[in-house]
Amino acid sequence: MSAPLHARGLAALAAGLAKREFSSVELTRHLLGRLEAAQPQLNAMVSITGEAALAAAARADGALASGKAGPLTGLPIVHKDIFCTEGVRTTCGSRMLDSFVSPYDATVVANLKAAGTVMLGKANMDEFAMGSSNETSWFGPVKNPWNPAMVPGGSSGGSAAVVGARLAPAATATDTGGSIRQPAALTGVTGLKPTYGRVSRYGMIAFASSLDQAGVIAPSAEDCAMLLGAMAGFDPRDSTSVDAPVPDYTAALATGVKGLRIGIVKEFFDKGLDAQNGERLRAAFAEFEKLGATLVDVSLPNVGLSVPTYYVVAPAECSSNLARFDGVRFGHRCEDPKDLLDLYKRSRGEGFGAEVKRRIMTGTYVLSAGYYDAYYLKAQRVRQLISADFSRAFERVDVLMGPTSPTPAFELGAKTADPVTMYLNDIYTIGANLAGVPALSVPCGFVDDLPVGLQLIGPHFSEGKLLAAAHAFQQATDWHTRIPKVWQ
Amino acid sequence: MNWETVIGLEIHAQLSTKSKIFSGSATAYGAAPNAQANLVDLGYPGVLPVLNGEAVRMAVSFGLAVQAEIAPRSVFARKNYFYPDLPKGYQISQYELPVVGKGALDIVLEDGTRKRIGITRAHLEEDAGKSMHEGLAGASAIDLNRAGTPLVEIVSEPDMRSAKEAVAYMKKVHTLVRYLGICDGNMQEGSFRCDANVSVRPQGSDRFGTRAEIKNLNSFRFVEKAINYEVARQIELLEGGGKVVQETRLYDPDKGETRSMRSKEEANDYRYFPDPDLLPLEIDAAFLAAVRAALPELPDAKAARFVAHYGLSEYDAGVLTASRELAAYYEEVVQRLGGEPKLAANWVTGDLAAFLNRDSLEIGDSRVGAAQLAGLVGRIADQTISGKIAKDVFEAMWASGHDADAIIEGKGLRQITDSGAIERAIDEVMARNPGQLAEYRAGKDKLFGFFVGQAMKATQGKANPAQLNDLLKRKLAGP
Repeated sequence: MSAPLHARGLAALAAGLAKREFSSVELTRHLLGRLEAAQPQLNAMVSITGEAALAAAARADGALASGKAGPLTGLPIVHKDIFCTEGVRTTCGSRMLDSFVSPYDATVVANLKAAGTVMLGKANMDEFAMGSSNETSWFGPVKNPWNPAMVPGGSSGGSAAVVGARLAPAATATDTGGSIRQPAALTGVTGLKPTYGRVSRYGMIAFASSLDQAGVIAPSAEDCAMLLGAMAGFDPRDSTSVDAPVPDYTAALATGVKGLRIGIVKEFFDKGLDAQNGERLRAAFAEFEKLGATLVDVSLPNVGLSVPTYYVVAPAECSSNLARFDGVRFGHRCEDPKDLLDLYKRSRGEGFGAEVKRRIMTGTYVLSAGYYDAYYLKAQRVRQLISADFSRAFERVDVLMGPTSPTPAFELGAKTADPVTMYLNDIYTIGANLAGVPALSVPCGFVDDLPVGLQLIGPHFSEGKLLAAAHAFQQATDWHTRIPKVWQ
Repeated sequence: MNWETVIGLEIHAQLSTKSKIFSGSATAYGAAPNAQANLVDLGYPGVLPVLNGEAVRMAVSFGLAVQAEIAPRSVFARKNYFYPDLPKGYQISQYELPVVGKGALDIVLEDGTRKRIGITRAHLEEDAGKSMHEGLAGASAIDLNRAGTPLVEIVSEPDMRSAKEAVAYMKKVHTLVRYLGICDGNMQEGSFRCDANVSVRPQGSDRFGTRAEIKNLNSFRFVEKAINYEVARQIELLEGGGKVVQETRLYDPDKGETRSMRSKEEANDYRYFPDPDLLPLEIDAAFLAAVRAALPELPDAKAARFVAHYGLSEYDAGVLTASRELAAYYEEVVQRLGGEPKLAANWVTGDLAAFLNRDSLEIGDSRVGAAQLAGLVGRIADQTISGKIAKDVFEAMWASGHDADAIIEGKGLRQITDSGAIERAIDEVMARNPGQLAEYRAGKDKLFGFFVGQAMKATQGKANPAQLNDLLKRKLAGP
């Protein structure tokens, strides 16, 4: 007997659709049912757009029947609610945009729509992508499908939980400091943050423009490869997107890891790393060795400064990016403003949550006259040093490996009282954002029935290499096929 | 005490690109409110700016025209402040690294001497929208058509020492940007405006006084008046033992005075930082060469050529080259005439300029075209009509739109060059005025003019003046 539809990967589903084994409408209806049913337990979605999904699925079936289908036609996916979707509520997890209906599609959304994918709805997320546990969402926290008492990670917690519970075969997500990789690790799925500039940021609501990058969360590297190919590419509407050809990531999967030089990042095995987590990682490294790769110890001497550097740069950019939410043209507007200042203060005071306010204030401070040099400029210089560390390392090795997060999923509420403790969740992921390099998290085992993630980091535009390495690992292991019992 | 005035100007010239600096919206003036504001201009969530290359070309052409350094790498920065007509909550501008660096241009002072005014920098930025408060009780309206319109802000050194110098500099920049075709120069629509930094100091001091910045001056007259008012205000303040405070002031054209808008303490902290949505602007040698090759002949070069080639005075050359269109008009007149450059210059800077001015017309809208004026000047040159009659013919041309020849023939204004006819007229005049004739012959030379006038009158002004003079002199002297 073949696996239930929701347990199959994108490639298997595409094959099934092509052979007319089942229709896109059937597949969509099945997944919509699971999404609706899971909502009370997981709260993974902000909007489920069933009607539009079924209509899109019917169109996809038409295309499949008339031989006009592409490789992704009829495959249902979920978009993180940070991507603007025409005619559909786009909240960014904030009260500020609670009733905001976007008049246009983000480039990522448009690209995937053009490829024939079916959007099932919009995934919950930390407010404006600021958070590492999905607890800052105005729409309430998302629960971890492996244990609903635990967080799913963040900020793409909804995308990760949806995929972890197999409510959808894939989801788009974004990563500013680890927001794809960390939740992917905590929910036992694969998450890829591409090179900065690989995927258009147009229509992706900005948090920190120099760090934000769109990517994918799916069960396997193979699934990620299929979706990334359709998302990526130069976009004339995003000046920071890079005009470089998009390789065939699926074709690159077969490359394997024979002869691959893997750098193990010394600094990532610090006292902050959970010991059992470390053991799972070492087992994974051994697996790669068995597959023909060689391991090399590598040092990134400045990477320890990533968290403080990030918490200057990202808030600075966010303080400016979020200035447009002023109650004047769109978004939350307070009742009966007395005057302009009152309109600003109350609209923003009511519309933004505590973490967003904290970062806006931090960012405003570090950009202020008299502090700019000491904070913003200094952070930019450190960012250069961290970037240089990565460049130097990639002269010696093909990819770097280490943990994705210090611990498996933690309990809801455990870290909300102390922002700095929360920020340290991203200690291993932020470096890749500061350097703009691609990075990926794959499941590599469990600690106390909770998934553990292995992080792979590569040089700029090495997505194909990272996906091939992850794929080779996933061909030899089955961690990525594990599904929480209740969601099987 | 004698005071010296120190002035620096920040000129905002709106670039005449078809679309906005960071979006594809049109920039045409006068559209219905918000008809030219797309999602990028509205600062919608998720949208991103994309630089308009044409705006860069225009800014670079200005830089080349003022012999400025063009930065191989310049950076767009965000100037952060909240205002409802600033949709993103920040203005994209250039701060530490502008596209155009140090340059200079020359102005001509009233006594004819040249003075070099330094240009500190010129940078690209986007304009904000407009807030409107009139006729809306308890509410404001916002028009974002102007939001995102490309501007080049040209910052001068504090090199000007009087309001007149400031106006001369501003006019020079105004001429230049229109020559370059990068700005329509329309000051009423706000396409060309300036902020003036004004301070005074004791004559001979080498330290600048505290300055006030007068915002948003949109006419040459206002610039002169506002600066003169501000200088007088500051001197009075200082002589009364007071201090000038650094502040932003507004000029009220109705009252003819400046008043405080905000002090330095109240000034915003704009929290400038490089815009992460835009890559640094890189300009290579090939681009520079292409822009340089496409530059038109600039006003100073053209004026020098007019002096050298047409033998005009510097003053006339300056007037004729004040606009590219006027210079082209003049050259067409000369070309059609096949000579007579001075006579043509007199007509263009004289009667033509006076009529244009009277009817508030630009040269492009002149009721007498270059070919027509050449036709008229040609008739003076070939002595068909006198210069005096030509003025009447010109007026008739202006009113009717007809060519000079048609009017000359139609009104019978052809000059009398037949000596017999002129002599007959002189004889009549002499016969009618025996008393004056006797007085003249007795030595009252001043009466010569009287006879000229009478004889001209008798020929309805059509007698060739030189010929008339000769014949009259001879006849009056007696047989």
